[in-house]
Amino acid sequence: MKPDPNTMSCEQFQNQLADLIGAGVNLDRHPHLQQCDTCLQLLRELETIAEAARQLFPIQQPEDNLWERIESAIKREEGVTEQE
Amino acid sequence: MPRSRFQKQPTEASITEPNREEKVGHPPVPVQQNRRPAESASSDAEILALAQAGDHHAFAQLYSLHKRRIYSLCLRMVGNVAEAEDLTQEAFLQLHRKIGTFRGDSAFSTWLHRLSINVVLMHLRKKGLPLMSLDEAMEPSFDDGPGRSFGAPDLSLAGSIDRLALERAVAALPAGYRLIFVLHDVEGFEHNEIAAMLDCSVGNSKSQLHKARLKLRDALHLSLHKEERR
Repeated sequence: MKPDPNTMSCEQFQNQLADLIGAGVNLDRHPHLQQCDTCLQLLRELETIAEAARQLFPIQQPEDNLWERIESAIKREEGVTEQE
Repeated sequence: MPRSRFQKQPTEASITEPNREEKVGHPPVPVQQNRRPAESASSDAEILALAQAGDHHAFAQLYSLHKRRIYSLCLRMVGNVAEAEDLTQEAFLQLHRKIGTFRGDSAFSTWLHRLSINVVLMHLRKKGLPLMSLDEAMEPSFDDGPGRSFGAPDLSLAGSIDRLALERAVAALPAGYRLIFVLHDVEGFEHNEIAAMLDCSVGNSKSQLHKARLKLRDALHLSLHKEERR
């Protein structure tokens, strides 16, 4: 039996959280979050992590010679194909 | 020489990247410079069409446009520069072999990402890492499940996340979680795009991302506690 959203414990709420998010439930209006700072703080921390990831992971540049390696490999493959 | 071997050409939008940072940097062959935005998409479609028709220079331009995103994806997935370069090379070799099969049903960048993800997954399997099939990778075992937070919050992460700690935490994630986290939070793909790439439901993508963030939170808290003890 599903626990009552108005009276559920933090454990019950957090056990359901992945499913609620997966189902696209608007958590802002969830009764448990209206009264629970612990779970609200948990969600804020997860957003902080997501935001940090966006800001902290720059797009990386491969070494300049990588294209030469790829070009050589392509030519080798094309050579094999022509021989066949 | 025909412009393309294929009946259906990609639309302008289908080749436009979510983030076109590849335009900057140093391409191996000259890419059209100073072109107006309105010309950009049609030029991209032309480049793709030419590459599909076997034009070597056009393929080199595709590499210039997409190398950074593909390399970054590989690097985040394996956490090793040499391996990431090898995988980027393999991804573009696969692209060269398969570019004729791209028919514009999805964005080219999404298609290339999926191809690259498959290259990374195959590599991890060959290495004998405990990587499951893609479907299983989307469903990490309960043993790998993130911790939860039933007590009062003892430590706020706000303002205290540093890049190294986050990179380490991401590198330590189980493969399935890492895949979702990198695609959504680092690469900026939407859940519907990820679901299409990984053959899973949007709900599955959302819930796995939540679990991945929980694991990262646990790891970052642990890292902060260790710092505090020093």
